[in-house]
Amino acid sequence: MARLSRQQYAPGDHPDWEPPASSVGVLGWLRANLFSSWFNSALTFLGLYIIYLVVVPLLDWAILRADWSGDSREACSSGGACWVFVRIRFEQFMYGLYPSSEYWRINLVAGLMVATMAWLTVPRIPYKRYGVVFALFFFPVITAQLIGGGNFGLSEVETTRWGGLTLTLILAAAGIVAAFPLGILLALGRRSQMPIVRAFSVAYIELWRGVPLITVLFMSSVMLPLFLPEGVNFDKLLRALIGITLFQAAYIAEVVRGGLQAIPQGQYEAADALGLSYWKKMGLVILPQALKMVIPGIVNTFNELFKDTTLVLIIGLLDLLAIIQAALEDPKWLGYSIEGYLFAATVFWIFCFGMSRYSLAIERRLHTGHRR
Amino acid sequence: MSDNPDDKAPAPTLFWRDPRKRGWLVQAFVLAAVVGLFAFIFDNTLHNLEKRGISTGFGFLQNEAGFGILQTLIDYDETHTFGRTFLVGLLNTLLVSAIGIVIATVLGLVIGVARLSGNWIISRLAGVYIEIFRNIPLLLQILFWYFAMLPLLPHPRQSLAFWESVFLNKRGLYLPGPVTESGFGWVLAALAVAILGVLLLWRWARRRQDGTGRTFPVFWTSAAMLVGLPLLAFGLAGMPLSWDYPALKGFNFRGGITVIPELVALALALAIYTAAYIAEIVRSGIQSVSHGQTEAAYALGLKPGTTLRLVIIPQAMRVIIPQLTSQYLNLTKNSSLAPAIGYPDLVAVFAGTTLNQTGQAVEIIGITMGVYLTISLTISAFMNWYNRRVALVER
Amino acid sequence: MLKRILAMGSLLAISTLPVTHAGATLDAVKAKGYLQCGVTTGLAGFSAADEKGRWTGLDVDTCRAVAAAVFGDADKVRFTPLTAKERFTALQSGEIDLLSRNTTWTLTRDTNLGLNFTGVNYYDGQGFMVSKDLGVSSARELDGAAICIQAGTTTELNLADYFRTHGMSYTPVTYDKSDETVKGFAAGRCDVLTSDQSQLYALRIKLDDPESAIVLPEVVSKEPLGPVVRNGDEDWFKIVRWSLFAMLNAEELGVSSVNVEQMRETSKDPGIQRLLGLSGIKGQGLELSDDWAYNIVKQVGNYGEMFERNVGMGSPLKISRGLNALWTDGGVQYAPPIR
Repeated sequence: MARLSRQQYAPGDHPDWEPPASSVGVLGWLRANLFSSWFNSALTFLGLYIIYLVVVPLLDWAILRADWSGDSREACSSGGACWVFVRIRFEQFMYGLYPSSEYWRINLVAGLMVATMAWLTVPRIPYKRYGVVFALFFFPVITAQLIGGGNFGLSEVETTRWGGLTLTLILAAAGIVAAFPLGILLALGRRSQMPIVRAFSVAYIELWRGVPLITVLFMSSVMLPLFLPEGVNFDKLLRALIGITLFQAAYIAEVVRGGLQAIPQGQYEAADALGLSYWKKMGLVILPQALKMVIPGIVNTFNELFKDTTLVLIIGLLDLLAIIQAALEDPKWLGYSIEGYLFAATVFWIFCFGMSRYSLAIERRLHTGHRR
Repeated sequence: MSDNPDDKAPAPTLFWRDPRKRGWLVQAFVLAAVVGLFAFIFDNTLHNLEKRGISTGFGFLQNEAGFGILQTLIDYDETHTFGRTFLVGLLNTLLVSAIGIVIATVLGLVIGVARLSGNWIISRLAGVYIEIFRNIPLLLQILFWYFAMLPLLPHPRQSLAFWESVFLNKRGLYLPGPVTESGFGWVLAALAVAILGVLLLWRWARRRQDGTGRTFPVFWTSAAMLVGLPLLAFGLAGMPLSWDYPALKGFNFRGGITVIPELVALALALAIYTAAYIAEIVRSGIQSVSHGQTEAAYALGLKPGTTLRLVIIPQAMRVIIPQLTSQYLNLTKNSSLAPAIGYPDLVAVFAGTTLNQTGQAVEIIGITMGVYLTISLTISAFMNWYNRRVALVER
Repeated sequence: MLKRILAMGSLLAISTLPVTHAGATLDAVKAKGYLQCGVTTGLAGFSAADEKGRWTGLDVDTCRAVAAAVFGDADKVRFTPLTAKERFTALQSGEIDLLSRNTTWTLTRDTNLGLNFTGVNYYDGQGFMVSKDLGVSSARELDGAAICIQAGTTTELNLADYFRTHGMSYTPVTYDKSDETVKGFAAGRCDVLTSDQSQLYALRIKLDDPESAIVLPEVVSKEPLGPVVRNGDEDWFKIVRWSLFAMLNAEELGVSSVNVEQMRETSKDPGIQRLLGLSGIKGQGLELSDDWAYNIVKQVGNYGEMFERNVGMGSPLKISRGLNALWTDGGVQYAPPIR
């Protein structure tokens, strides 16, 4: 200001000045984002204080003062976190009570799963359609054969020994794979012109979406055996899976319905005009577009399901959380609940955060392609 | 069918080629399949129940329960019926859900606004909060808050005391309980009158503003009425209220109001988890209002606060409310994780203990699911009504 | 399409038709090659899986004894962990062949559920555990206490009855699983933990300092725990019942897993000879091999060994025999003779 008043320039002769130092570079960024007003500055200090309050003790406890090596609780004497506990039990957290000589089978399935996932999720790898077919039909069979055993010279491992992260992943993956076709049928049913089909679909979807998963699990563990003819019975894990599938299908149906509704009416009319039958119209024209659009929604549903699988601990299956809880009861390792829970939280967090980021990325990619 | 369609009447369409008839056929088939499935299940269930000698029907609701419950909002003891345990459980579910919803809304609102803050640190902190709590299973969070918080609280004999009337220990937070004496009815009556008055005042003020354009300080007058009238009645009736202070008797505190740690942990975990979702909803709601709206409001000379209140928020609400409702619904359904930490909600009391006592799984699980279903259908009916009301009327 | 599904469904239904004729369970178990046994999801001393997934405990050994009797191999048994809610359904639906899960024998259960209790492998009763600091020595002093309860079936009722009879008040804190119950007690949520006494000892060793808690002398209920089978298969019922009796008889006769081999060679005692299948009725009546009882004692041990190893002095639980001593030692464990 002062400068302006002292010096006069003819129009057009004004020199190009650098912007003031306080509005560019680190200083400028700090000023714009952290200290733009007294209120903002106060907030900044508040934020820094919160970080100081939470992060410093946490780092100190979880890393700096933590014990990592050793093989008994005597090794944990520093007052920090005792990760020895997690390290010793790590295999059990991952594989459950699975016989250790057969771990390679789970590892193989895990490798296969990563490969399939990469096939499905990395945009650059071609033949996605075959990937979907493989994931939906072949992968589950291969997994069941490998982990369950009993054929091809593999020893049988009963489902009560499945557990840990393996079981969590099996529950979530099987839940989504089995629920997917049912969910699509329900979504189509809900959009159908036929009143009875529509009514049943709506009733089914609203019923399952209206009740908590835990009651569904109770139902599958206590009531399902009553529904079946005498003498027919399912494995406990299978019963839980049936419950999860029925429940999850309703959520997938709603996601898919969103996709169906987003397809412009013109597409339906064009398919009709070509004389395509209902299934051809849906299978060749509508669903491929709709399903592509709802990938983020499906990933989010999967994310929720993945977190919800922890509920099986209430019906006595040993998923990751349940097996950690069981390990916390070991008299040799009492008093390390926080470490156990933090470990579980970290594992779940990595999976869920990864999935939500992936879903966001897909959403952005589809965003440019589809909306005009 | 025919070589020359021009000179012959078209052959009658085969009936499965006729979409309408085929439609009916498919529907009849679906109906038969569903009815058949239900009949199959029904038949099996009846047979199995009979074979296993499990009694059926709802007669058990009249039987004496015989067990105690940690937290009862209505009068209950061991001699009451199983039907009463259902009510106790239901009320506990509603209580924890209501508390959770209030905290989650406030927290979610604050964090959602913080996420949009111009302050980099605050916005990032809010982002970190959202990403951490949204991506960890709720059950894990509930267990963590409960089993990590309990050891930190003192034993009853070393309770933290505030003003000699509020006590905090492992068994809960003990507050003085109000005891109403005769004449308190007048205070309630005054409150009712005040509420009625406020409603009338709102209508009158709105009509006056519509008619004349003059505003009336509705907020302050309403507040004065709501606080003043009951206070006046309270004074006139001779302060008919005393306090029942908790006191250490034997092992534990007795008297007053007890807030049990299970309730706090569950409500807190539910609120913290749901707040992460609500924050995202609030953020996307506010961002959904186009920036042009703000600029237009400024151009009309509205102040930023007024713009937010009259222009942005009403429009953002249209996006926020439906999603918010479904989060409330999720929170209510998630409160069913209560058995994990021993909070006596519907699932723990009714689908837990009562089921164990009676063994009537079909009836009890059916009732429990029915309750949640009723709650969620009621709320979605309300949501549909609200959506119709606020939907943009486009030309 | 539908026809095919229906056909497949009915085929499935037929192939798994309920087995109702006597002896069917034994045939089915033999055909499978292993015994499917329902146990708890984890209760120290009764049934718990270690890091390697091996099951141990009193209830587990009861299952192993039956497997030894049937197959001559105590390891031919698989375990299904069950919650309290599912246990009867699992047995009724045929998911398991034998339920050995800390289950109290009551009139209702014996008559109303289509089940049969085969005997008592542990005489239990509901009791109370308190922290030593509390300075309480009798349950009568517990007026106003907060009590951690493991949600069960009769536990809550017995507790309520006891406090009502003695005109005392209490605050119930009911948890779903034993793990949570003991955690709540350890964290100080309540003054008292109530459960079956055997479980109290099992839960006590899960405390940071087991010595800091004591089990009060009062026993407020009778809880005879035992293995359960389905109604309608007498032969199977008898196999399970006599597997337990064989262990009791073995203890009474002084036969243990250590000396059983030598006893079979040298013992002149007719009782031992009958037990080990050298004379008398042997395995005929049970349709088992002659050395069925020998296999049980050899591979699992006698009742006393099983008790001491899992819950007694040889275990962290350190429960004294008490009621579970043989009748000859002042207890109530009494088995009919093998002859």
